[in-house]
Amino acid sequence: MPQSAKTDKPEPFEKNLERLDAIVRELEDADLPLDKALQLYEEGMKLSEFCHKQLEEAEGRIEILSKKAGGKVVAEPFESEDTEAS
Amino acid sequence: MEQAILNFGPAKKIYSVAELSLEIRNLLEKQFPDVWVTGEVSNFRAAGSGHLYFTLKDETAQLRAVCFRNQARYLKFKPQDGLAVIARGRLSVYEARGEYQLYVEFLEPAGLGALQLAFEQLKQKLVAEGLFDAARKKPLPVLPRAIGVVTSPTGAVIRDILRILRRRFRNMNVVLYPAKVQGEGAAQEIAEGIEYFNRRALVDVMIVARGGGSLEDLWAFNEEVVARAIAASQIPVISAVGHETDFTIADFVADLRAPTPSAAAELVVHRKQDFVTELENRARRMVQIVRLKLSEAQQALTELRMHQAFQTLATRVAERAQRVDECVTALDRLIQALLHTARQQWLRASAGVVRYDFRRHFGLKRAALAERERRFENEFRRVVTERRSRVAQLEAVLRERSPLTVLERGYSITRDVEGRIVRDAGQVAIGADVSIHLARGELGARVREKKL
Repeated sequence: MPQSAKTDKPEPFEKNLERLDAIVRELEDADLPLDKALQLYEEGMKLSEFCHKQLEEAEGRIEILSKKAGGKVVAEPFESEDTEAS
Repeated sequence: MEQAILNFGPAKKIYSVAELSLEIRNLLEKQFPDVWVTGEVSNFRAAGSGHLYFTLKDETAQLRAVCFRNQARYLKFKPQDGLAVIARGRLSVYEARGEYQLYVEFLEPAGLGALQLAFEQLKQKLVAEGLFDAARKKPLPVLPRAIGVVTSPTGAVIRDILRILRRRFRNMNVVLYPAKVQGEGAAQEIAEGIEYFNRRALVDVMIVARGGGSLEDLWAFNEEVVARAIAASQIPVISAVGHETDFTIADFVADLRAPTPSAAAELVVHRKQDFVTELENRARRMVQIVRLKLSEAQQALTELRMHQAFQTLATRVAERAQRVDECVTALDRLIQALLHTARQQWLRASAGVVRYDFRRHFGLKRAALAERERRFENEFRRVVTERRSRVAQLEAVLRERSPLTVLERGYSITRDVEGRIVRDAGQVAIGADVSIHLARGELGARVREKKL
């Protein structure tokens, strides 16, 4: 079952992607001083790496919820014959 | 009798059959130009002409009906005996047989009509509440952490969805809420699934799906409880019910309607490769820009060097750098010459071998030559590497000692008024003017104090 609540919630992927776009746009400004550019570049590279990590975060789990006695719902692995084979 | 007839003399009107029929026909047509009538089909007959003939009946009465080819074309079902229907049309008289009959313009099965009515009524109600408004639609997350699916755990739908998700984004997490998708209690289960995902915040987006079927099969998705659950969902909902041509109330309320369950799987997340490509494009662009900026800065620095106070020092550094360069060039030329000679020798030697006894010694000689060549190449490479690293060392030392580098680190050069470099505090008197060269710019200063 996916973890219920993380205390420090990371920015969602789309926010990071937006920031990355903003960085690229800022970098494209010809008047940007070099040290600021390098700083942005570093931030951008870190963000890009983080985005790649976010793409890998999901573990490809496929679960089916099932109702147990007492109304409790639990998640169990779901196997469908042609999902594992592909 | 005769008397009586005579009494009515002048007012008497004797109809011909046709005349009377016409009058009756006019009366009927005026009175019943558009009627709805429900009953059971019997004596159904589809004529070769395309016209349909049948009788509508209930427990106590019968009504002849005809549906001409032009109207029959638009029927979405095939009438048959015993089917309860609702018919709409006009009444008229078929004079040839002396029968009145219903000329049918519209026909639908009675049960289905009720569903359609319910569908329209709920749709109107929800439209009035604004539940279909575009402004209510939530955007889908670009990259969901997990995708919820509310559908039947068996059958093609979930398999199709999973197969496509796996193909597009292999490591995507999927949570299936198994729900009945037709029959008694299906709507409740679907609604519970939507509410469950909202309560537990397990997923960032959900697909509510069902495969194709008749209107009755899809009916759960037209029920208010499902519409309300979708409308109340904080998590974006994609509806994927039936085939492309099927529209349900759930489709109207959902944040996005997918034409089929497979299409929903394609809409819910981009291909992983697309994400990767996008990220790579941005990274490449950043590298490009920064490289350009660095080379611009380097050029600016070179220009600065040419103009500033360090020119003489720089010249000396440059002279030495040039000497190093010359050494490198000379070395390269020497190595090239050596290599050339060696190759010539090898070529001559190998030509000799070929001439000498090609057939018998070819293999042997060739191996020996290859070995010799390999050894020579290795030796050659070793010498080059050695020389190059020596040169590189020299360059590094030189660069290290460059006053420019030292200044960049925060050191400065102090000169007295004659321009001599001050290395000893004893060299200047208190009150003397000195100039201090920094990495960038120069300061004029006066000696206030000396510590020897």
